[in-house]
Amino acid sequence: MKLTLKIWRQGGKYKGEFVTYQLNDVNEHMSFLEMLDVLNEQLVHQREEPVAFEHDCREGICGTCSLVIDGRAHGPMKGTTTCQVHMRHYKDGDTIVIEPFRARAFPVIKDLVVDRSSFDRIIQSGGYVSVNTGQAQDANNIPIGKDVAGKSFDAAACIGCGACVAACPNASAMLFTSAKISHLALLPQGQVERKQRVLDMVAQMDLEGFGKCSNVTACEAECPKEISVENIARMNREYMAASFTAEKV
Amino acid sequence: MAAESKLNSKVPAGTLTDKWKTYKSTAPLVSPNNKRRIDVIVVGSGLAGASAAASLGELGYNVKVFTFHDSPRRAHSIAAQGGINAAKNYRNDGDSVYRLFYETIKGGDYRAREGNVHRLAEVSGNIIDQCVAQGVPFAREYGGLLDNRSFGGTQVSRTFYARGQTGQQLLIGAYQALSRQIAAGTVTMYNRHEMQDVVLVDGKARGIIARNLLTGELERHGGHAVVLASGGYGNVFYLSTNAMMCNVTAAWRAHRRGAYFANPCYTQIHPTCIPVSGDYQSKLTLMSESLRNDGRCWVPKKAEDCKKHPNDIPEADRDYYLERRYPAFGNLVPRDIASRAAKMVCDEGRGVGSTGLAVYLDFADAINRLGKDVVEARYGNLFEMYEKIAGENPYERPMRIYPAVHYTMGGLWVDYELMTTVPGLYAAGEANFSDHGANRLGASALMQGLADGYFVLPYTIGSYLSNDIRTGAISTDSPEFEAAEKDVNDRIQRLMGIGGKQSVESFHRRLGKIMWDKCGMARNEQGLKEAIVEIRALRAEYWKDVFVPGSTSEYNPELEKALRVADFMELGELMCMDALDRKESCGGHFREEYQTEEGEALRDDKDFMYAAAWEWKGEDKEQELHKEKLEYEVVKVSQRSYK
Repeated sequence: MKLTLKIWRQGGKYKGEFVTYQLNDVNEHMSFLEMLDVLNEQLVHQREEPVAFEHDCREGICGTCSLVIDGRAHGPMKGTTTCQVHMRHYKDGDTIVIEPFRARAFPVIKDLVVDRSSFDRIIQSGGYVSVNTGQAQDANNIPIGKDVAGKSFDAAACIGCGACVAACPNASAMLFTSAKISHLALLPQGQVERKQRVLDMVAQMDLEGFGKCSNVTACEAECPKEISVENIARMNREYMAASFTAEKV
Repeated sequence: MAAESKLNSKVPAGTLTDKWKTYKSTAPLVSPNNKRRIDVIVVGSGLAGASAAASLGELGYNVKVFTFHDSPRRAHSIAAQGGINAAKNYRNDGDSVYRLFYETIKGGDYRAREGNVHRLAEVSGNIIDQCVAQGVPFAREYGGLLDNRSFGGTQVSRTFYARGQTGQQLLIGAYQALSRQIAAGTVTMYNRHEMQDVVLVDGKARGIIARNLLTGELERHGGHAVVLASGGYGNVFYLSTNAMMCNVTAAWRAHRRGAYFANPCYTQIHPTCIPVSGDYQSKLTLMSESLRNDGRCWVPKKAEDCKKHPNDIPEADRDYYLERRYPAFGNLVPRDIASRAAKMVCDEGRGVGSTGLAVYLDFADAINRLGKDVVEARYGNLFEMYEKIAGENPYERPMRIYPAVHYTMGGLWVDYELMTTVPGLYAAGEANFSDHGANRLGASALMQGLADGYFVLPYTIGSYLSNDIRTGAISTDSPEFEAAEKDVNDRIQRLMGIGGKQSVESFHRRLGKIMWDKCGMARNEQGLKEAIVEIRALRAEYWKDVFVPGSTSEYNPELEKALRVADFMELGELMCMDALDRKESCGGHFREEYQTEEGEALRDDKDFMYAAAWEWKGEDKEQELHKEKLEYEVVKVSQRSYK
């Protein structure tokens, strides 16, 4: 199939603009990123600089790929990362607009590549259980109900891609932050640090310049791992409870 | 030409079960106030790197971690699906440390070191404890205790799992532990930095040269020890289940500085991957081995049925070839055997799909027996992934699968302490060669990465660093750092200056094709000799005609790739040399000349029961082979049988 691509280019000779490219021979079995590989091969042959985009595992789990395709984070399919979108969902003659994840807390590095290190700093502010190597008791001494473990897993499935932020009109990181808070708050291992964790992580999230949540829930709709906004509700509860009851002893 | 003398495995004396205990209680220690004065560099932030860095940080060392990713959480350990082995015997099915040890040795076709493997089995249980304490949400039963599944090459259920995302959950556990140390200030994280060389001072590893991938700047970092946890080299084949950025550069640069590279020809071809569909393809996707618990592999008995819809082929006309050939293990034979069996039926003209290079993995029986709900609970995400990529619904039509390059058992040679032949330079996880022999069993990579990082390195590195408490900070102004930085810079300038006509990617593809055709699932003398000639020619062409766009002082992914591909070419040649030299078949290394009448791998224990460790001798010189003889004191060596 033939496609027209309008791609955001920024850095080097580009001040920040959409550049139009034509691809004449796109196979429907290609993945979206393989289609971009073809474009880049073409650009290299024309001695032009290829479009910078991030990607790594290409199997939907590393969270590296980060494109807004036709206005939607990770493209048109529900519960799917960019790398798992295949060209069979497009037709001959389509025009596709490709942009980076846009948010103040995700500054653009080049073209479609953004800096998401703010997510790392949110985790560093408390997204863990403080247990040193070698201190653990036998694993089966901590029984956890199957349902609880499952709920915790649902939150822990977050791949840290940032689509929630890109989808949100406020560029809020509530879904990402709440997923980690839920993952640990639901488990017995997370109880000791539960209150301080939510206070610290929310504070860091605000510090990074992410917006507030206004219950649009676009984050859940675009999340490639379909993390539920229920986690945001849980985080708000946790935060309220911790604000009133947490004490530094 | 082979010399044995230079290799000392340093496996402690004593009975197998006491070696590690004795080591731990007698190894020299570094006191807490001295640990603060010692810097350790860790390259890589996957399971091995993140767990090592977190544990070393907890102990009080100053740790610097380098990753070329934008975040340590992206390392490719994240993609491991099926699970992690541990000898917990929670199922009461007869498992034990010894059995895990034995099965790992046997699965590796008697080409791994007993002492290391036993230690791995010993610490396997601690890993599960540690991960659960971190909050890793493993699968549970209704009573709240941990669930298990079984994997290939074993007759017990010892695999712990977190749906089909075990690697992700374990890596996030290690990433959280690492994040905690970053916050505590014991670990400094260098994201988007790629190691380009290791720096030796007085023969010891004392730092690295790293390239800042955003600015292109070369940076010098000093340390008292360097740990390479930089993963495997499967991407030498271009198409593999590895992530796109996985590369051999850190290990290869260390090799060129004196670290021997062991058993490079041992590569694992995973039997259950989604088949190649076209020339544009950039990577192959694994379907977890756990699927073989309930899925049945088959092809049509008659070649003329291959193009029919699989559901139209009656039972009587299907050949469940693994169940037929290996009744004791059936669909759960080890990976190397399952892969070769698939290749064999396809070579016979009974492969399915448009290319004829695929077999069916069929869940119809499991769905009838267990119900669709149970199958969905076990494998739902894998089925979804298959449907997204292949465009077919595996609940209704059997999956098409074919073997693909997945893991590399070879890697930097290390002794019992995980130290390479360069003092102070360690290798952990897939980057080393230590535990899997010629074939790795499923769910053992996660185990080994975390064993190395959480429970082995933190002990063994102290023995070495105990001699460094008065060394003081390592200066990066020394002539050695200067020279290493210059080498890296010269190499980059040379690549950028070629200004040829062909893209880096096109060379990588060509290298991959040579490797897959001639050093892939089956190898023979003639093919390997041809491959060596072809790779040398390709390398010469590369340094004459590659085109790297952009500049050195900016974010330039093409340049990153160009540096990696240059190293893959040198490695590819060594892999072929090693495969040529090993005139036997064992595990993942199958030489067509050496097979039994039934087509099974035929080992030659008399002449080849050694680890082959290659020493770099300089540009365009033959590498020198050193042999570490493998002594089996406990396990009785026999021909592997899964029949």
